Amino acid sequence: MNALLHQQWTCYRLQLKVLSTSAFEGFLAVLFPLMFATSALLVYRVQDDPDAMQYAGLGAAIMGMWTCQGVVASSLLTRERWAGTLELVVAAPVAIARVIVPVTLAMSTIGLYSVVATIVWMRWVFDLRLHIESWPLFLVSVLATALTVALVGFFLAVTAVRFRYSWALGAALEYPGWILCGFLVPVTLLPVWIQPLSWVIPTTWGMAAIRSAADGGSPWGDLALCAATGAAYAVLAAWLGGRLVDSARRHATLALT
Amino acid sequence: MTSLRIFFVGGLMSYRAMFGWLTPGVLIPSLLISPICQILLFAFIGRSAGVGDDEFYVIGNALNYAAIPCLFAMSATIEGERQASTLSIVLTTPARRLPLFLGRALPVVVNGWCVAMVGVLAGVLLLDVHIPGAAWPAILLVVVATSVSCTGLGLAMGAVCLRVREAATFGNVIFCVLLVFSGVNVAQDDLPGWMAAVGDWLPLTHGIQAARQLADGAALGSVADLVLTELAIGAVYAVLGLVLLRFLEQQSRRLDTLTRV
Repeated sequence: MNALLHQQWTCYRLQLKVLSTSAFEGFLAVLFPLMFATSALLVYRVQDDPDAMQYAGLGAAIMGMWTCQGVVASSLLTRERWAGTLELVVAAPVAIARVIVPVTLAMSTIGLYSVVATIVWMRWVFDLRLHIESWPLFLVSVLATALTVALVGFFLAVTAVRFRYSWALGAALEYPGWILCGFLVPVTLLPVWIQPLSWVIPTTWGMAAIRSAADGGSPWGDLALCAATGAAYAVLAAWLGGRLVDSARRHATLALT
Repeated sequence: MTSLRIFFVGGLMSYRAMFGWLTPGVLIPSLLISPICQILLFAFIGRSAGVGDDEFYVIGNALNYAAIPCLFAMSATIEGERQASTLSIVLTTPARRLPLFLGRALPVVVNGWCVAMVGVLAGVLLLDVHIPGAAWPAILLVVVATSVSCTGLGLAMGAVCLRVREAATFGNVIFCVLLVFSGVNVAQDDLPGWMAAVGDWLPLTHGIQAARQLADGAALGSVADLVLTELAIGAVYAVLGLVLLRFLEQQSRRLDTLTRV
Protein backbone atom coordinates (compact mmCIF):
# COMPACT_ATOMS: atom_id res chain seq x y z
CA MET A 1 0.00 0.00 0.00
CA ASN A 2 2.83 2.35 0.90
CA ALA A 3 4.57 1.56 -2.37
CA LEU A 4 1.37 2.34 -4.28
CA LEU A 5 0.85 5.66 -2.52
CA HIS A 6 4.51 6.57 -2.95
CA GLN A 7 4.36 5.82 -6.68
CA GLN A 8 1.11 7.80 -7.08
CA TRP A 9 2.41 10.78 -5.11
CA THR A 10 5.75 10.88 -6.94
CA CYS A 11 4.07 10.66 -10.34
CA TYR A 12 1.47 13.30 -9.41
CA ARG A 13 4.08 15.72 -8.01
CA LEU A 14 6.38 15.40 -11.03
CA GLN A 15 3.54 15.85 -13.50
CA LEU A 16 2.20 18.86 -11.62
CA LYS A 17 5.64 20.46 -11.83
CA VAL A 18 5.81 19.76 -15.56
CA LEU A 19 2.32 21.10 -16.22
CA SER A 20 2.75 24.16 -14.01
CA THR A 21 5.85 25.26 -15.87
CA SER A 22 4.42 24.62 -19.33
CA ALA A 23 3.14 27.71 -21.12
CA PHE A 24 0.65 25.66 -23.12
CA GLU A 25 -0.62 23.23 -20.51
CA GLY A 26 -0.31 25.51 -17.48
CA PHE A 27 -0.70 29.17 -18.39
CA LEU A 28 -2.93 28.68 -21.45
CA ALA A 29 -5.08 26.02 -19.79
CA VAL A 30 -6.03 28.69 -17.25
CA LEU A 31 -6.17 31.67 -19.61
CA PHE A 32 -8.20 30.10 -22.43
CA PRO A 33 -11.33 29.23 -20.43
CA LEU A 34 -10.90 32.48 -18.50
CA MET A 35 -11.23 34.48 -21.72
CA PHE A 36 -14.27 32.47 -22.80
CA ALA A 37 -15.75 32.98 -19.36
CA THR A 38 -15.10 36.71 -19.77
CA SER A 39 -16.84 36.74 -23.11
CA ALA A 40 -19.84 34.84 -21.69
CA LEU A 41 -20.05 37.14 -18.68
CA LEU A 42 -19.98 40.17 -20.96
CA VAL A 43 -23.03 38.71 -22.71
CA TYR A 44 -24.84 38.04 -19.42
CA ARG A 45 -23.92 41.48 -18.10
CA VAL A 46 -25.88 43.23 -20.86
CA GLN A 47 -29.17 42.48 -19.04
CA ASP A 48 -27.70 43.45 -15.65
CA ASP A 49 -29.56 40.64 -13.85
CA PRO A 50 -27.78 39.62 -10.58
CA ASP A 51 -29.32 36.12 -10.60
CA ALA A 52 -28.14 35.49 -14.14
CA MET A 53 -24.69 36.80 -13.26
CA GLN A 54 -24.53 34.47 -10.24
CA TYR A 55 -25.52 31.55 -12.49
CA ALA A 56 -22.99 32.44 -15.18
CA GLY A 57 -20.30 33.28 -12.64
CA LEU A 58 -20.49 29.86 -10.99
CA GLY A 59 -20.34 28.07 -14.33
CA ALA A 60 -17.54 30.30 -15.59
CA ALA A 61 -15.49 29.49 -12.51
CA ILE A 62 -15.73 25.75 -13.10
CA MET A 63 -15.49 25.49 -16.90
CA GLY A 64 -11.68 25.69 -16.81
CA MET A 65 -11.61 22.29 -15.15
CA TRP A 66 -12.94 20.71 -18.31
CA THR A 67 -10.41 22.52 -20.50
CA CYS A 68 -7.49 21.32 -18.43
CA GLN A 69 -8.27 17.70 -19.28
CA GLY A 70 -9.27 17.92 -22.96
CA VAL A 71 -6.15 18.35 -25.07
CA VAL A 72 -3.65 17.07 -22.53
CA ALA A 73 -5.53 13.90 -21.55
CA SER A 74 -6.40 13.03 -25.12
CA SER A 75 -2.84 13.37 -26.30
CA LEU A 76 -1.23 11.98 -23.15
CA LEU A 77 -0.21 8.60 -24.52
CA THR A 78 0.41 9.98 -28.00
CA ARG A 79 2.96 12.36 -26.54
CA GLU A 80 4.60 9.50 -24.69
CA ARG A 81 4.77 7.77 -28.05
CA TRP A 82 6.35 10.82 -29.72
CA ALA A 83 8.86 11.04 -26.90
CA GLY A 84 9.68 7.34 -27.28
CA THR A 85 8.68 6.62 -23.67
CA LEU A 86 5.39 4.80 -24.30
CA GLU A 87 7.21 1.47 -24.44
CA LEU A 88 8.72 2.20 -21.03
CA VAL A 89 5.30 3.09 -19.59
CA VAL A 90 3.75 -0.08 -20.95
CA ALA A 91 6.67 -2.23 -19.87
CA ALA A 92 6.63 -0.84 -16.32
CA PRO A 93 5.60 -3.46 -13.74
CA VAL A 94 2.45 -1.51 -12.82
CA ALA A 95 -0.95 -1.26 -14.50
CA ILE A 96 -1.22 1.56 -17.01
CA ALA A 97 -3.98 3.12 -14.88
CA ARG A 98 -1.47 3.72 -12.09
CA VAL A 99 0.61 5.81 -14.47
CA ILE A 100 -2.21 7.76 -16.13
CA VAL A 101 -4.43 8.61 -13.16
CA PRO A 102 -1.80 10.67 -11.28
CA VAL A 103 -1.18 12.62 -14.50
CA THR A 104 -4.87 13.41 -15.00
CA LEU A 105 -5.11 14.28 -11.29
CA ALA A 106 -2.28 16.77 -11.83
CA MET A 107 -4.27 18.25 -14.73
CA SER A 108 -7.30 18.53 -12.50
CA THR A 109 -5.15 20.44 -10.04
CA ILE A 110 -4.38 22.92 -12.82
CA GLY A 111 -8.17 23.05 -13.22
CA LEU A 112 -8.43 24.07 -9.56
CA TYR A 113 -5.97 26.90 -10.26
CA SER A 114 -8.35 27.89 -13.02
CA VAL A 115 -11.30 27.97 -10.62
CA VAL A 116 -9.45 30.26 -8.22
CA ALA A 117 -8.11 32.45 -11.03
CA THR A 118 -11.58 32.87 -12.54
CA ILE A 119 -13.19 33.75 -9.19
CA VAL A 120 -10.49 36.37 -8.55
CA TRP A 121 -10.78 37.65 -12.13
CA MET A 122 -14.59 37.96 -11.90
CA ARG A 123 -14.28 39.91 -8.69
CA TRP A 124 -11.58 42.16 -10.07
CA VAL A 125 -12.92 42.82 -13.57
CA PHE A 126 -16.68 42.41 -13.18
CA ASP A 127 -16.99 43.24 -9.48
CA LEU A 128 -18.93 39.98 -9.30
CA ARG A 129 -18.99 38.48 -5.81
CA LEU A 130 -20.29 34.93 -5.93
CA HIS A 131 -22.89 34.27 -3.27
CA ILE A 132 -22.03 30.94 -1.62
CA GLU A 133 -24.40 29.73 1.11
CA SER A 134 -22.20 26.88 2.29
CA TRP A 135 -18.49 27.16 1.65
CA PRO A 136 -17.65 23.67 3.04
CA LEU A 137 -20.22 22.00 0.77
CA PHE A 138 -19.09 24.19 -2.13
CA LEU A 139 -15.46 23.11 -1.64
CA VAL A 140 -16.44 19.44 -1.30
CA SER A 141 -18.42 19.71 -4.53
CA VAL A 142 -15.56 21.43 -6.37
CA LEU A 143 -13.03 18.84 -5.20
CA ALA A 144 -15.35 15.95 -6.10
CA THR A 145 -15.85 17.47 -9.54
CA ALA A 146 -12.10 17.83 -9.98
CA LEU A 147 -11.60 14.19 -9.02
CA THR A 148 -14.22 12.90 -11.46
CA VAL A 149 -12.92 15.14 -14.25
CA ALA A 150 -9.58 13.37 -13.73
CA LEU A 151 -11.36 10.03 -14.24
CA VAL A 152 -12.91 11.33 -17.47
CA GLY A 153 -9.37 12.36 -18.47
CA PHE A 154 -8.21 8.83 -17.77
CA PHE A 155 -10.94 7.52 -20.06
CA LEU A 156 -10.01 10.03 -22.79
CA ALA A 157 -6.32 9.14 -22.55
CA VAL A 158 -7.03 5.45 -23.06
CA THR A 159 -9.66 5.74 -25.78
CA ALA A 160 -7.81 8.35 -27.89
CA VAL A 161 -4.52 6.46 -27.99
CA ARG A 162 -5.22 4.79 -31.33
CA PHE A 163 -6.09 8.12 -32.96
CA ARG A 164 -2.99 9.67 -34.43
CA TYR A 165 -4.26 13.25 -34.06
CA SER A 166 -5.67 12.82 -30.59
CA TRP A 167 -4.73 16.38 -29.59
CA ALA A 168 -7.10 17.75 -32.25
CA LEU A 169 -9.82 15.44 -30.98
CA GLY A 170 -9.22 16.64 -27.42
CA ALA A 171 -9.37 20.29 -28.52
CA ALA A 172 -12.64 19.62 -30.35
CA LEU A 173 -14.15 18.20 -27.15
CA GLU A 174 -13.69 21.48 -25.33
CA TYR A 175 -16.79 23.31 -26.58
CA PRO A 176 -19.14 20.30 -26.48
CA GLY A 177 -18.13 19.80 -22.85
CA TRP A 178 -18.82 23.44 -22.04
CA ILE A 179 -22.22 23.15 -23.70
CA LEU A 180 -23.27 19.77 -22.32
CA CYS A 181 -22.15 20.14 -18.70
CA GLY A 182 -24.38 23.12 -17.99
CA PHE A 183 -21.57 25.53 -17.11
CA LEU A 184 -23.05 28.57 -18.82
CA VAL A 185 -26.32 27.32 -20.26
CA PRO A 186 -28.90 25.27 -18.33
CA VAL A 187 -28.99 21.70 -19.61
CA THR A 188 -32.76 22.02 -19.90
CA LEU A 189 -32.28 24.74 -22.54
CA LEU A 190 -30.49 22.31 -24.85
CA PRO A 191 -32.43 20.27 -27.43
CA VAL A 192 -34.16 17.36 -25.72
CA TRP A 193 -32.33 14.71 -27.75
CA ILE A 194 -28.94 16.06 -26.57
CA GLN A 195 -29.76 16.09 -22.87
CA PRO A 196 -29.04 12.37 -22.23
CA LEU A 197 -25.46 13.09 -23.34
CA SER A 198 -25.19 15.58 -20.49
CA TRP A 199 -26.39 13.01 -17.99
CA VAL A 200 -23.54 10.60 -18.74
CA ILE A 201 -20.85 13.21 -18.06
CA PRO A 202 -19.96 13.36 -14.34
CA THR A 203 -19.10 17.06 -14.60
CA THR A 204 -22.77 17.82 -15.30
CA TRP A 205 -23.68 16.39 -11.89
CA GLY A 206 -20.64 18.05 -10.32
CA MET A 207 -21.75 21.42 -11.66
CA ALA A 208 -25.28 20.80 -10.37
CA ALA A 209 -23.85 19.94 -6.94
CA ILE A 210 -21.77 23.11 -6.93
CA ARG A 211 -24.84 25.20 -7.77
CA SER A 212 -26.85 23.45 -5.03
CA ALA A 213 -24.12 24.12 -2.47
CA ALA A 214 -23.95 27.76 -3.53
CA ASP A 215 -27.74 28.17 -3.34
CA GLY A 216 -28.01 26.59 0.10
CA GLY A 217 -29.51 23.30 -1.08
CA SER A 218 -28.19 19.78 -0.57
CA PRO A 219 -25.57 18.72 -3.13
CA TRP A 220 -25.36 15.11 -1.93
CA GLY A 221 -27.70 13.59 -4.53
CA ASP A 222 -25.85 15.25 -7.40
CA LEU A 223 -22.51 14.34 -5.82
CA ALA A 224 -23.57 10.70 -5.63
CA LEU A 225 -24.44 10.71 -9.34
CA CYS A 226 -21.17 12.53 -10.08
CA ALA A 227 -19.21 9.87 -8.18
CA ALA A 228 -21.14 6.99 -9.76
CA THR A 229 -20.65 8.19 -13.35
CA GLY A 230 -17.00 9.04 -12.62
CA ALA A 231 -16.44 5.54 -11.22
CA ALA A 232 -18.05 4.04 -14.32
CA TYR A 233 -15.56 5.95 -16.51
CA ALA A 234 -12.67 4.74 -14.34
CA VAL A 235 -13.73 1.08 -14.52
CA LEU A 236 -14.33 1.28 -18.26
CA ALA A 237 -11.01 3.04 -18.84
CA ALA A 238 -9.09 0.51 -16.71
CA TRP A 239 -10.64 -2.36 -18.67
CA LEU A 240 -10.06 -0.67 -22.05
CA GLY A 241 -6.50 0.27 -21.05
CA GLY A 242 -5.65 -3.34 -20.32
CA ARG A 243 -7.22 -4.52 -23.57
CA LEU A 244 -5.44 -1.86 -25.65
CA VAL A 245 -2.07 -2.59 -24.13
CA ASP A 246 -2.53 -6.32 -24.73
CA SER A 247 -3.64 -5.66 -28.30
CA ALA A 248 -0.73 -3.32 -28.99
CA ARG A 249 1.71 -5.91 -27.65
CA ARG A 250 0.16 -8.70 -29.66
CA HIS A 251 0.11 -6.75 -32.93
CA ALA A 252 3.31 -4.76 -32.34
CA THR A 253 1.48 -1.46 -32.90
CA LEU A 254 2.67 0.42 -29.85
CA ALA A 255 4.93 2.69 -31.90
CA LEU A 256 2.09 3.74 -34.20
CA THR A 257 3.69 6.77 -35.81
CA MET B 1 8.60 37.88 -63.05
CA THR B 2 10.74 36.03 -60.49
CA SER B 3 8.83 37.70 -57.71
CA LEU B 4 5.54 36.60 -59.24
CA ARG B 5 6.86 33.04 -59.50
CA ILE B 6 7.96 33.11 -55.87
CA PHE B 7 4.58 34.54 -54.90
CA PHE B 8 2.46 31.93 -56.67
CA VAL B 9 4.71 28.83 -56.79
CA GLY B 10 6.08 29.43 -53.28
CA GLY B 11 2.58 30.03 -51.98
CA LEU B 12 1.30 26.88 -53.66
CA MET B 13 4.17 24.78 -52.28
CA SER B 14 3.59 26.21 -48.83
CA TYR B 15 -0.11 25.35 -49.15
CA ARG B 16 0.68 21.79 -50.17
CA ALA B 17 3.21 21.48 -47.37
CA MET B 18 0.61 22.70 -44.91
CA PHE B 19 -1.69 19.90 -46.02
CA GLY B 20 1.16 17.54 -45.25
CA TRP B 21 0.07 17.94 -41.63
CA LEU B 22 -3.41 19.38 -42.08
CA THR B 23 -4.88 15.95 -42.73
CA PRO B 24 -8.59 15.21 -42.23
CA GLY B 25 -7.75 14.00 -38.72
CA VAL B 26 -6.68 17.53 -37.83
CA LEU B 27 -8.79 19.55 -40.26
CA ILE B 28 -12.20 18.14 -39.31
CA PRO B 29 -11.99 18.53 -35.51
CA SER B 30 -10.01 21.79 -35.57
CA LEU B 31 -11.48 23.75 -38.44
CA LEU B 32 -14.95 22.28 -38.90
CA ILE B 33 -16.27 20.90 -35.60
CA SER B 34 -14.76 23.49 -33.25
CA PRO B 35 -16.11 26.61 -35.00
CA ILE B 36 -19.58 25.08 -35.23
CA CYS B 37 -19.48 24.20 -31.54
CA GLN B 38 -18.29 27.70 -30.62
CA ILE B 39 -21.20 29.16 -32.58
CA LEU B 40 -23.66 26.85 -30.79
CA LEU B 41 -22.12 27.61 -27.39
CA PHE B 42 -22.58 31.35 -27.71
CA ALA B 43 -25.95 31.10 -29.44
CA PHE B 44 -27.19 29.10 -26.44
CA ILE B 45 -25.56 31.56 -24.05
CA GLY B 46 -27.32 34.38 -25.88
CA ARG B 47 -30.66 32.57 -25.63
CA SER B 48 -30.09 31.83 -21.94
CA ALA B 49 -29.12 35.44 -21.21
CA GLY B 50 -31.86 36.86 -23.44
CA VAL B 51 -29.30 38.92 -25.35
CA GLY B 52 -28.99 39.21 -29.12
CA ASP B 53 -30.33 36.71 -31.61
CA ASP B 54 -28.84 33.60 -33.20
CA GLU B 55 -27.75 35.47 -36.33
CA PHE B 56 -25.65 37.82 -34.19
CA TYR B 57 -23.68 34.90 -32.69
CA VAL B 58 -23.45 32.92 -35.93
CA ILE B 59 -21.75 35.79 -37.76
CA GLY B 60 -19.57 36.89 -34.85
CA ASN B 61 -18.21 33.45 -34.01
CA ALA B 62 -17.88 32.19 -37.59
CA LEU B 63 -15.75 35.19 -38.49
CA ASN B 64 -13.85 34.87 -35.22
CA TYR B 65 -12.85 31.37 -36.25
CA ALA B 66 -11.37 32.65 -39.51
CA ALA B 67 -8.63 33.92 -37.24
CA ILE B 68 -7.54 30.39 -36.30
CA PRO B 69 -6.10 29.35 -39.68
CA CYS B 70 -4.98 32.92 -40.41
CA LEU B 71 -3.02 33.25 -37.17
CA PHE B 72 -1.73 29.72 -36.83
CA ALA B 73 -0.79 29.06 -40.45
CA MET B 74 1.16 32.30 -40.70
CA SER B 75 3.03 31.62 -37.47
CA ALA B 76 3.64 28.06 -38.69
CA THR B 77 5.42 29.67 -41.63
CA ILE B 78 8.11 30.67 -39.17
CA GLU B 79 7.75 28.31 -36.22
CA GLY B 80 7.10 25.23 -38.35
CA GLU B 81 10.11 25.96 -40.54
CA ARG B 82 12.20 26.41 -37.42
CA GLN B 83 10.98 23.11 -35.95
CA ALA B 84 11.74 21.37 -39.24
CA SER B 85 15.20 23.04 -39.34
CA THR B 86 14.39 24.58 -42.71
CA LEU B 87 14.01 28.20 -41.60
CA SER B 88 17.68 29.00 -42.15
CA ILE B 89 17.44 27.59 -45.70
CA VAL B 90 14.38 29.73 -46.43
CA LEU B 91 16.01 32.87 -45.08
CA THR B 92 19.32 32.37 -46.82
CA THR B 93 17.69 32.38 -50.23
CA PRO B 94 18.21 35.55 -52.23
CA ALA B 95 14.47 35.67 -52.91
CA ARG B 96 12.72 38.92 -52.10
CA ARG B 97 10.97 38.67 -48.78
CA LEU B 98 7.80 40.46 -49.87
CA PRO B 99 6.63 37.87 -52.44
CA LEU B 100 8.09 35.07 -50.33
CA PHE B 101 5.91 35.78 -47.31
CA LEU B 102 2.90 37.32 -49.04
CA GLY B 103 2.75 34.27 -51.33
CA ARG B 104 2.47 32.12 -48.23
CA ALA B 105 -0.32 34.36 -46.97
CA LEU B 106 -2.55 33.83 -50.00
CA PRO B 107 -3.64 30.22 -49.28
CA VAL B 108 -4.03 31.17 -45.65
CA VAL B 109 -6.60 33.80 -46.63
CA VAL B 110 -8.46 31.16 -48.65
CA ASN B 111 -8.41 28.80 -45.67
CA GLY B 112 -9.68 31.46 -43.29
CA TRP B 113 -12.47 32.34 -45.70
CA CYS B 114 -13.50 28.67 -46.04
CA VAL B 115 -13.55 28.11 -42.28
CA ALA B 116 -15.63 31.23 -41.67
CA MET B 117 -18.10 30.37 -44.43
CA VAL B 118 -18.48 26.79 -43.19
CA GLY B 119 -19.28 28.30 -39.80
CA VAL B 120 -21.83 30.72 -41.23
CA LEU B 121 -23.51 28.00 -43.31
CA ALA B 122 -23.59 25.50 -40.45
CA GLY B 123 -24.92 28.12 -38.07
CA VAL B 124 -27.64 29.12 -40.54
CA LEU B 125 -28.69 25.50 -41.05
CA LEU B 126 -28.44 24.31 -37.44
CA LEU B 127 -30.01 27.34 -35.80
CA ASP B 128 -32.48 28.11 -38.57
CA VAL B 129 -31.11 31.61 -39.08
CA HIS B 130 -32.43 33.54 -42.05
CA ILE B 131 -30.02 35.62 -44.10
CA PRO B 132 -31.57 37.18 -47.24
CA GLY B 133 -30.33 35.60 -50.47
CA ALA B 134 -29.29 38.98 -51.86
CA ALA B 135 -26.95 39.53 -48.90
CA TRP B 136 -24.80 36.46 -49.50
CA PRO B 137 -22.47 37.78 -52.27
CA ALA B 138 -21.63 40.84 -50.19
CA ILE B 139 -21.11 38.70 -47.09
CA LEU B 140 -18.70 36.49 -49.06
CA LEU B 141 -16.68 39.59 -49.93
CA VAL B 142 -16.68 40.89 -46.38
CA VAL B 143 -15.44 37.53 -45.13
CA VAL B 144 -12.57 37.74 -47.65
CA ALA B 145 -11.67 41.19 -46.30
CA THR B 146 -11.80 39.86 -42.74
CA SER B 147 -9.60 36.89 -43.61
CA VAL B 148 -7.11 39.24 -45.26
CA SER B 149 -6.92 41.47 -42.21
CA CYS B 150 -6.57 38.48 -39.85
CA THR B 151 -3.77 37.18 -42.05
CA GLY B 152 -2.07 40.56 -41.69
CA LEU B 153 -2.13 40.08 -37.94
CA GLY B 154 -0.94 36.50 -38.47
CA LEU B 155 2.03 37.81 -40.43
CA ALA B 156 2.96 40.11 -37.55
CA MET B 157 2.57 37.20 -35.18
CA GLY B 158 4.72 35.01 -37.43
CA ALA B 159 7.45 37.63 -37.27
CA VAL B 160 7.34 37.65 -33.47
CA CYS B 161 7.74 33.86 -33.65
CA LEU B 162 11.30 34.48 -34.78
CA ARG B 163 11.82 35.24 -31.11
CA VAL B 164 8.92 33.62 -29.25
CA ARG B 165 9.13 29.86 -29.07
CA GLU B 166 5.58 29.09 -27.88
CA ALA B 167 3.77 29.86 -31.13
CA ALA B 168 0.72 27.75 -30.22
CA THR B 169 0.31 29.50 -26.88
CA PHE B 170 0.87 32.92 -28.44
CA GLY B 171 -1.68 32.22 -31.19
CA ASN B 172 -4.29 31.12 -28.69
CA VAL B 173 -3.72 34.24 -26.59
CA ILE B 174 -4.29 36.46 -29.63
CA PHE B 175 -7.37 34.44 -30.59
CA CYS B 176 -8.74 35.04 -27.08
CA VAL B 177 -7.99 38.77 -27.34
CA LEU B 178 -9.96 38.89 -30.60
CA LEU B 179 -12.81 36.93 -29.01
CA VAL B 180 -13.18 39.38 -26.14
CA PHE B 181 -12.33 42.71 -27.74
CA SER B 182 -13.62 42.46 -31.33
CA GLY B 183 -17.31 42.45 -30.59
CA VAL B 184 -17.65 38.77 -31.45
CA ASN B 185 -20.34 38.12 -28.86
CA VAL B 186 -21.11 41.55 -27.50
CA ALA B 187 -21.88 44.58 -29.64
CA GLN B 188 -19.16 47.23 -29.45
CA ASP B 189 -21.68 49.61 -27.86
CA ASP B 190 -22.23 47.19 -24.97
CA LEU B 191 -18.52 46.68 -24.27
CA PRO B 192 -16.76 48.83 -21.68
CA GLY B 193 -15.35 51.92 -23.42
CA TRP B 194 -11.70 50.92 -23.13
CA MET B 195 -12.41 47.46 -24.56
CA ALA B 196 -14.31 48.94 -27.49
CA ALA B 197 -11.40 51.33 -28.10
CA VAL B 198 -8.93 48.42 -28.19
CA GLY B 199 -11.27 46.51 -30.49
CA ASP B 200 -11.27 49.38 -32.97
CA TRP B 201 -7.60 48.65 -33.65
CA LEU B 202 -7.97 44.92 -34.10
CA PRO B 203 -8.89 42.89 -37.18
CA LEU B 204 -12.38 41.34 -37.19
CA THR B 205 -14.15 44.21 -35.41
CA HIS B 206 -15.21 46.13 -38.50
CA GLY B 207 -15.64 43.01 -40.64
CA ILE B 208 -18.05 41.52 -38.14
CA GLN B 209 -20.02 44.75 -37.94
CA ALA B 210 -20.23 44.93 -41.73
CA ALA B 211 -21.33 41.30 -42.07
CA ARG B 212 -24.02 41.75 -39.42
CA GLN B 213 -25.38 44.83 -41.16
CA LEU B 214 -25.42 42.99 -44.49
CA ALA B 215 -27.25 40.05 -42.95
CA ASP B 216 -29.80 42.54 -41.63
CA GLY B 217 -30.42 43.77 -45.17
CA ALA B 218 -27.96 46.63 -45.62
CA ALA B 219 -26.42 47.28 -49.04
CA LEU B 220 -22.71 46.70 -49.65
CA GLY B 221 -22.21 50.40 -50.34
CA SER B 222 -23.47 51.33 -46.91
CA VAL B 223 -20.81 49.20 -45.19
CA ALA B 224 -17.98 50.14 -47.56
CA ASP B 225 -16.31 52.30 -44.92
CA LEU B 226 -16.30 49.40 -42.45
CA VAL B 227 -14.80 47.05 -45.06
CA LEU B 228 -12.14 49.57 -46.02
CA THR B 229 -11.27 50.13 -42.37
CA GLU B 230 -11.00 46.37 -41.89
CA LEU B 231 -8.64 46.10 -44.86
CA ALA B 232 -6.61 49.10 -43.72
CA ILE B 233 -6.13 47.57 -40.26
CA GLY B 234 -5.03 44.31 -41.87
CA ALA B 235 -2.59 46.21 -44.08
CA VAL B 236 -1.11 48.00 -41.07
CA TYR B 237 -0.49 44.67 -39.32
CA ALA B 238 0.93 43.13 -42.51
CA VAL B 239 3.38 46.02 -42.96
CA LEU B 240 4.29 45.82 -39.28
CA GLY B 241 4.85 42.09 -39.75
CA LEU B 242 7.11 42.55 -42.76
CA VAL B 243 9.14 45.25 -40.99
CA LEU B 244 9.41 43.07 -37.90
CA LEU B 245 10.42 40.08 -40.02
CA ARG B 246 13.22 42.10 -41.58
CA PHE B 247 14.41 43.46 -38.26
CA LEU B 248 14.19 40.19 -36.33
CA GLU B 249 15.76 38.23 -39.18
CA GLN B 250 18.77 40.55 -39.05
CA GLN B 251 18.86 40.27 -35.26
CA SER B 252 18.64 36.49 -35.46
CA ARG B 253 21.53 36.35 -37.88
CA ARG B 254 23.64 38.61 -35.67
CA LEU B 255 22.80 36.74 -32.46
CA ASP B 256 22.76 33.29 -34.09
CA THR B 257 19.28 32.54 -32.79
CA LEU B 258 17.63 31.64 -36.08
CA THR B 259 17.56 27.89 -35.56
CA ARG B 260 17.19 27.89 -31.80
CA VAL B 261 14.19 25.72 -30.84
